[in-house]
Amino acid sequence: MLKTKVKAVVLSSEQLASDVYSLVLKSQGMAQEAKPGQFVSIYSNDGSRLLPRPISICEMDKEADTLRLVYRVVGAGTDEFSKLKEGDTVDVIGTLGNGFPLLKKKAFLIGGGIGIPPMVELAKQLDCEKQIVVGYRDELFLVEDLEKYGTVYIASEDGKHGTKGNVIDAIRENNLDAEVIYACGPMPMLKALKQYASENQIECYVSLEERMACGIGACLACVTKSTQVDHHTYVKNKRICKDGPVFRAEEVDFS
Amino acid sequence: MNLKVNVAGVTWNNPITTASGTFGSGAEYGEFVDLNRIGAVTTKGVANVPWEGNATPRIAETYGGMINAVGLQNPGLDVFVKRDIPFLQQYDCKIIVNVCGKTTEDYVDAVEKLGSQPVDMLEINVSCPNVKEGGIAFGQDPKALYDITQAVKKVAKQPVIMKLSPNVTDITEMARAAEAGGADALSLINTLTGMKIDVYKRKFVLANKTGGLSGPAIKPIAVRMVYQVAQAVNVPIIGMGGIMTAEDAIEFLLAGATAVSVGTANFHNPTATMDILNGIEAYMKQYGIEDINELIGAVQ
Repeated sequence: MLKTKVKAVVLSSEQLASDVYSLVLKSQGMAQEAKPGQFVSIYSNDGSRLLPRPISICEMDKEADTLRLVYRVVGAGTDEFSKLKEGDTVDVIGTLGNGFPLLKKKAFLIGGGIGIPPMVELAKQLDCEKQIVVGYRDELFLVEDLEKYGTVYIASEDGKHGTKGNVIDAIRENNLDAEVIYACGPMPMLKALKQYASENQIECYVSLEERMACGIGACLACVTKSTQVDHHTYVKNKRICKDGPVFRAEEVDFS
Repeated sequence: MNLKVNVAGVTWNNPITTASGTFGSGAEYGEFVDLNRIGAVTTKGVANVPWEGNATPRIAETYGGMINAVGLQNPGLDVFVKRDIPFLQQYDCKIIVNVCGKTTEDYVDAVEKLGSQPVDMLEINVSCPNVKEGGIAFGQDPKALYDITQAVKKVAKQPVIMKLSPNVTDITEMARAAEAGGADALSLINTLTGMKIDVYKRKFVLANKTGGLSGPAIKPIAVRMVYQVAQAVNVPIIGMGGIMTAEDAIEFLLAGATAVSVGTANFHNPTATMDILNGIEAYMKQYGIEDINELIGAVQ
């Protein structure tokens, strides 16, 4: 069976913080195959915006066949999505990317900013001791959703919530340890976590983002520098959309 | 109804091909479209050795288009020959390999190596705006274009398509130079050099600063250039530049293209090639056109 772009119906759209929105879509079967850490590509309904926006899956419900996407408004495309109403439709392809492995090891689930949403479904599906460490600039979102599945530790840049500083500061302040790290967030955070994991000999998985065009591995727009020669490209570049977005931290060259 | 077209002695099942760089070697889009129904798959540019490509960000959306500066990242010919050509051979589509290089020797080396391979046509990329050496340098000077065409033709075993850059004052001058150098066909247009600046960060959006503009925003320029070139040369033309729909494709045929390439549209709609082919068939049915060749250059 050939894959196709599907018309997904909006079930709900909700604002979670000043620029963060939650969108629930009837997924036309996509939820059945979906894994935590995967993403979907959503197309604009405005013909002047050609490229789909890759958005991570925050939650899925296989029985109800729904996907929940939580995203930040960063431009005209995501602004358009934020105005979608119940009953509207959007074109979507997915699910895309590899997703996180589900290991039975004491885990850190670490999200920074708009890297927090995929941690919700991951926390739901992981069957192990879970410590969820999330870093915010200022406004909180998804904390209650995460608290259902594990202990949540918060770091914020302004110190208004939890530890003042970043996610590693929160780990240190609370004397936490783990055997595996799952992380999604800004590059400086992921780079620091790679270092932290290596110093503490912890297995570490990071989910990356980059501007994408095709979203399916053909155009080579969204590559990350890798430490080893990649099997597909035969240079030190991996495709974030197809080989990722989740990589073992050692695979990624953050320099 | 006949959809077959003849491009420099090679018969395609239909006039649809894929614009180099937008379709990989077909494996990824093969999950969305039946590659047997594509007239020819034109692969992403390949060089005699692997190329790393440019730093990211490599792409940015623009109004009705996008700019890219991927920089011809490719795994090199050895891997390509072992992996990508056998993959495409499984399908009933013609195989066009897009060849890139930094020097004349690079092009000649790659074209020679491809001589023994089961590929149907070669497209020579002398028009990529995103690499510092080679690429467009060969495509903006008629003498250089003539020379590289001749050098490639001397060793090529397959028909040679020269892919022209629109970043020139007079595209017909370049088309004539390629034809005089022995080109069997021409493809046009490659992307137009563009730039995008983030006004909030006051920075270039692309790491490469400039990138190639593609998408429907450039289509009227492409149609005009295909028409001009069709008047100037006798070799067949593969037309491209912003084709999103069957109507767009037919516009290029009417302007004088024998075949058409679908590029950026794949990103907007992964089944674009099929939707365009279906749309062309519907158009022919509606207007009682028995043979697609009736449309080529038929603008009045």
